[in-house]
Parts: sequence; C-alpha cells; structure tokens
Amino acid sequence: MAFESLTDKFSALFKKLRKEDKLTEANVDAAIREIRVALLEADVNYKVVKAFTEDVRAKALGQEVLLHVNPSQQFIKICHDELVELLGQDNCEIKYNKGLTIIMLVGLQGAGKTTSAGKLALLEKEKLGKKPLLAGLDVYRPAAIDQLGVIAKQVGVDFFNMGVSANPVDVAKKAVAKATDEGYDVLILDTAGRLQIDEKLMDELKDINKAVHPDEVLLLVDAMAGQDAVNVTNTFNAELRLTGVIMSKLDGDAKGGAALSIKYMTGLPIKFAGVGEKLKDLDIFHPDRMADRILGMGDVVTLVEKAKEVFDEKQAEKDSKKFLDGEFTLDDLLKQMKMVQKLGSLGGIMKLIPGMPKISDEQKSQAEKEMKVFEAIVNSMTPYERKHPEVLKFSQKNRIAKGSGKTNADVNRVIRKWEQSRDMMKQMKQMSKSGRFPQGGGFGGGFGGFGGMR
Amino acid sequence: MGLITFLKNKFSKKKSNETYEKGLAKSRAAFADRLDDLSKRYKKVNSEYFEELEQILIESDVGVSLTLKLVDSLLDKSQKEGLTEPSKINEELIDQMFVSYVEGGESITNEIAFASEGPTVLLVEGVNGVGKTTSIAKLAHRYMGQGKKVLLVAADTFRAGAVSQLKIWAERLGCPIVSGLENGDPASVCYDGAKYAVNNNIDLMIVDTAGRLHNKTNLMAELGKMKRVIEREIPGAPHETFLIIDAQTGQNGVSQAKAFKEVNDLSGIVITKMDGTSKGGIILSIRDELGVPVRFIGLGEAMTDLAEFDLDEYLHALLVGNEKK
Repeated sequence: MAFESLTDKFSALFKKLRKEDKLTEANVDAAIREIRVALLEADVNYKVVKAFTEDVRAKALGQEVLLHVNPSQQFIKICHDELVELLGQDNCEIKYNKGLTIIMLVGLQGAGKTTSAGKLALLEKEKLGKKPLLAGLDVYRPAAIDQLGVIAKQVGVDFFNMGVSANPVDVAKKAVAKATDEGYDVLILDTAGRLQIDEKLMDELKDINKAVHPDEVLLLVDAMAGQDAVNVTNTFNAELRLTGVIMSKLDGDAKGGAALSIKYMTGLPIKFAGVGEKLKDLDIFHPDRMADRILGMGDVVTLVEKAKEVFDEKQAEKDSKKFLDGEFTLDDLLKQMKMVQKLGSLGGIMKLIPGMPKISDEQKSQAEKEMKVFEAIVNSMTPYERKHPEVLKFSQKNRIAKGSGKTNADVNRVIRKWEQSRDMMKQMKQMSKSGRFPQGGGFGGGFGGFGGMR
Repeated sequence: MGLITFLKNKFSKKKSNETYEKGLAKSRAAFADRLDDLSKRYKKVNSEYFEELEQILIESDVGVSLTLKLVDSLLDKSQKEGLTEPSKINEELIDQMFVSYVEGGESITNEIAFASEGPTVLLVEGVNGVGKTTSIAKLAHRYMGQGKKVLLVAADTFRAGAVSQLKIWAERLGCPIVSGLENGDPASVCYDGAKYAVNNNIDLMIVDTAGRLHNKTNLMAELGKMKRVIEREIPGAPHETFLIIDAQTGQNGVSQAKAFKEVNDLSGIVITKMDGTSKGGIILSIRDELGVPVRFIGLGEAMTDLAEFDLDEYLHALLVGNEKK
C-alpha cells in the first residue's frame, strides 16, 4: 500500500533518535536530512519538503526539555503535528443538495476518471442511498463512452450519452435536464482527459462549467504522480475552481507524495481515494487518519521497544502466544495491565498505538481511575472466577461488588472488557497470520493490557 | 571541454550516429540558456547555487539518489579543480547526465529489432492509465508506414471498453486485430494472435495488455503466462517487451520498471504524455538503476504523435521546460 515505505523510514529514524539524551542541533539536523530524502523519494513536492523540514527543525530546536519524554517521542510529536497540518483536518465530504447534485470529474488522460465515475456512482447508490445518473462526455478517446456504459451496467445505475459526435457542452445540458426531470439525486459528468495546457479543451470544460454550474468539480490525481502534480492541480484549479481532489491508484506502492503535497500547496481537500481494481474500491478520504498512518508503525515500534525494556521477554512471549490463541484469564489481563502501567502513563501509551483516537487529559485520568477499579474487582474474585469470568452468576457478582466496594455495573464492565480483549486477541491472531502485524512478545502483551482498558 | 570531446568521440565511434552529436551541441546550448539565469544571479557557485541545481533536477522527477549523485560529484569537481564559474559547472552537469545515461546500460537503438524470419512480437505492458493502447496504435502506424504487416492483439480483456478502443484504432489504421471476449483469458487471446500471425505472414504483432499495478502479484503472474504462451507458438518471442510510463510518474516509476522487469525482461520504455508539463525525469533514474533504455516518446493523441527517443532533445526539454514555468 501507499505510504508504507515512508512509514518505515520514519520508524527507523525515530528508533535512532531514541538513543539520544536530548534533541540537539546535531541530531536534529541529521534527522532532518533523512526526513528530507525520505519525503523527496516519496514524491512530496520540493517546496513542501522545504517548508516541512524547516518547520520541524525550528520546532525541534525551540522545544523546551520535557521531563520523562525522550527526544524520539518529542520528535515524533512534532512530525505528527506538521503532517496533520500538511494534510489538513477539515471534514471534506461532499454536501449533497436536497434536489440534484452535479459532480463533474476532470483530469489528465489516464488519471482514472471513468473508473472513478463508476466507483463514485456505486458508493452513492450503495452507501448513501442516492439515485445517481452517469453521463459520458468523453467524445474523444476511442470507446470511452462504451467503457462508461459497461461500467454503469456493472454498477447498476442509469447511463446517459449522445454518442461521439455530440458536443460535450450539449451533452452536459441535456443530462442535467434529464436528471432534473426524472428525479435523480446525483449527476456524475465524466469528461475527457486533457492536458491542463491544452487551451481548447480547457475552454470546453469552462463552457460546461458555465452551462450547468456543477456543485462539485473534482480533479483526479494519480497517486503515482511526481513533482508536477501540484502544477497540474493549480492550473485546473485556476481555470475551473475545483472543489476537491480524488486520488486514484492509492492501492499501488506509491509513497503518496502527491497526496501529501496537494492540500498544502493548493488548499484543495482530498475527498475520495481509489484503493483497488474493483468498483467498490473507493473510500472517503480521512486526512486526519493519514498522518497517524504515516507515522503509525513508528509508534508501534516505540511501544515494542519500550515494552522490551520492562518486560520479562520470555514470559511475555509465552503470554502473548497464549493471548494470540485467545486463551487468557482476567489474571493475565491484570498482569499485563500492570506491566503497561510500568511503561508510563496510559495517555502516553495511547499515543503510541496507531488508530487510537486522541484523548483529553480528563479522559486520561478517567482511564487511570478505571484501572484501579479493575484491579480491585479482579482481586475480589476467586482464582476459578478469574479464569472463567464468563460463568459468573448474579450472586457471585454481588459478592465481588461488595468485596471490592464497587457496583454490579462495574463488575459487568470488567467482564465485558475482558471479552472484548479476548476477541481483539483473536483478531490480532488472524492479522499476524496474514503477516500484517509484527509478532513480538512485548507487543502482544502491551496491546493486551491496553485492550483491557478500552 | 575535454570531457565533451571525449564523449563526442566515444559516440561517433560507438554508434556513428550524427543525431547524437548534433543533439549534444543543441542540448548544451539549451542548458546555457537555462542556466544563464542562474549564472546571472551567481558570480561564483556556492552552496545555494548547488541547492538550486538540485531543486531543478528534483522538480523534474530525476529522483533524489541520482540528483544527489550528480550534485555531489559536481561539488567535488568544483572543489578539486577550483571550478567556480557557474557556466562551467552547468556544462559539467549536462555532460554527467549524458554520460550517466549512456553508461547506464546497453544499446540505444530505438527502432524495433525485427526477427530474421517469422513474426516479430512486441509485448506492451504498464500500470493503469499510462497510455498503452494509444501508444500501440502509434507504433502500429509507424511500422505500417515502413511497409510492415502489423497485427494488433487485444489482450486487455479486463478493462471495460479496452477491446473496442483497440478495435477502433485497428479500423482507423486498416490493420487486422485478434481479440477475445471481455473478461476472457488474456493468454488464450495471445495464443490466437500468435497463430494468426504465423499463418498470415505478419511482420509485427503488437500485444496490448491490461493495465495493472505492479504490486498485484497475481496480475503480474498473468503477464508471465502470456509471455510463455507466445514463446511456445513463436520461438524467440516476444522479441521486444516495452513498458509504458506516463511522463507524470514520480519516483514510483522505478518500482514499476523493477517489478515489470522481474516478470518479463524489458527491452525498452515508451514514455507518454511528454507534450504536457511533466518532465519524465524518472526515466533517468530507471536507466541509472535498472539499465532499461527509453525507445520512444509519446507527444499527443494523434497516431503520428510518436517520436524516437533522443537523449539530447530530451535533456533540452528537461531544462528548457523548467525555465518556461
């Protein structure tokens, strides 16, 4: 998948920094040099790389020395914040009108407009319950209209076209009239691919724009595009006032530089991402998750490393095997949670786990409190009950609640959490089988303990 | 200057190809223009000067490692030989890019190497949307113009409309086409194509394949199968395997080339959409890392918009184009 190798670069870098006592000009500069190369290799725009590295450097060197936070963590935080800034955080989903919403797709040749038009129609039909109409305006590329017709049939939506000798502006107008008259919710206009410097064809797009005033004008950008992607986007934007971008082919192994550059350089949000060959393979793009994903593995690596420092490795390995088999008791869970506590505050750990939502200080202390409740309850159970929490009857729960000074609801919550963790372990087992997860003793343990607290 | 003379000699000896020599002079002039701007702002080269050079190269998608290699060696040369004059440094840069490309791999014959007898087979591969089908039409047009009997084989059975797209081209070109059913087995279309080519004295059989991302293992394996089927029918085929690359492609182009080369060895690259603003600098990295040469470039949507790759013209475009922006 895209971004993966960028992620690897970042994690290697963070690992290196972890050996340092504090951020100095020397180690920051060395890190910045590596980040620079990594980003440029990922096709992040040269100017974006420059801004990014300069900002990170300034922030890293201007940073106050925080107690109990190692330089690597500090540095990750800075990079993370900057990445979020690059990608933007705004919610940028399409706002659909009560009546007809017109979406026009534009882009260079081969960017993936026709395929994306079909994918978008499917997404709107299936996930949003809309009734879309697809219109084929590409009268130039041989068989482009046939292609869209076949796709419309596959998706199960209606298709409008006027053949290859029609004027695209007329087709657009007629399509709008049809969509309005016949009560469609969405009209998707698939236009011909063109170079942004082709004046004649750009004028044609402007004419369509003027004639039907689309609610959304979306530019298709190939995820594998290089440095020129930003220029192309800027030109299309200047001519047509785009409302957003669809990144296509994100399922390749491109490092996603174009995705990282476009929002920052053009201000346009990425609204959708094409992630596969099949027509269902279009996702709504969540920029806030992307920064986490790029740095994500780095954080897990940190967690593993950190865990190794305090864990008895052999024991942890044994435990994690047990966990991955989905067999673990409340005792094991408690033990793991205590080890996790040794690693540092829960808030800190949470930050290291990819995919975890950001939490406030209040939530953090709440979580720590819950941990104490958890411990009290488990300590009031018999060894048998700890091994088989699923068998607890009402009277037993009552006893445990009284013994620990908590309520029955608290006891139920503990049991539910144990069940959730157990299920999570099963999932992780499957993931590790498919090779998508690093299998490390410390990791399994750390995650297990945390799972208990969710 | 010594190096350029050396280069010229090397080339005239090696290929006795005048266009390269002529082109070299041309590209040097272009470079002079391009770098004039830099020389005006800098009396002597300094670190900022090298940074600007680096930026020009990277913004043309030349790639970080090759760019750093080039710039570092310029820096080194400038320090060792006390070269501080911007124009000298720039001249040196062109030379190095030129040399780097030339030394990057084997033969730079652009035209398709025809088999001494029987049909010559050209297999055309690439990721989605790079312009395979259009490039095939252009190549067919080119070789029909040279009096060859060309056959198109529509083995892209996956993308909706791909077969009809190639059929329309075949009609326009007036050449035969062998196609299968949509979603059929592409290897069986290749088989039919090879049979047809042998039985009908075809000179050049061009096989269009479905676009596929190079990290999809099963789809890549399908290419290997197609090749084996063709090879079985026509010994020695495919004689040429071209990878089509979009000029807009960034550093991912190297991993594309690497992955495709692993399945079926590549004999060349066609870089498409060079009439846009993208520089296609990635081809230099591909040459540098994998040795695969560029053979043709696509310059538009008409069937005549295909030119032989010319390194000098290319370097010229790479730098002058940047200037105009």
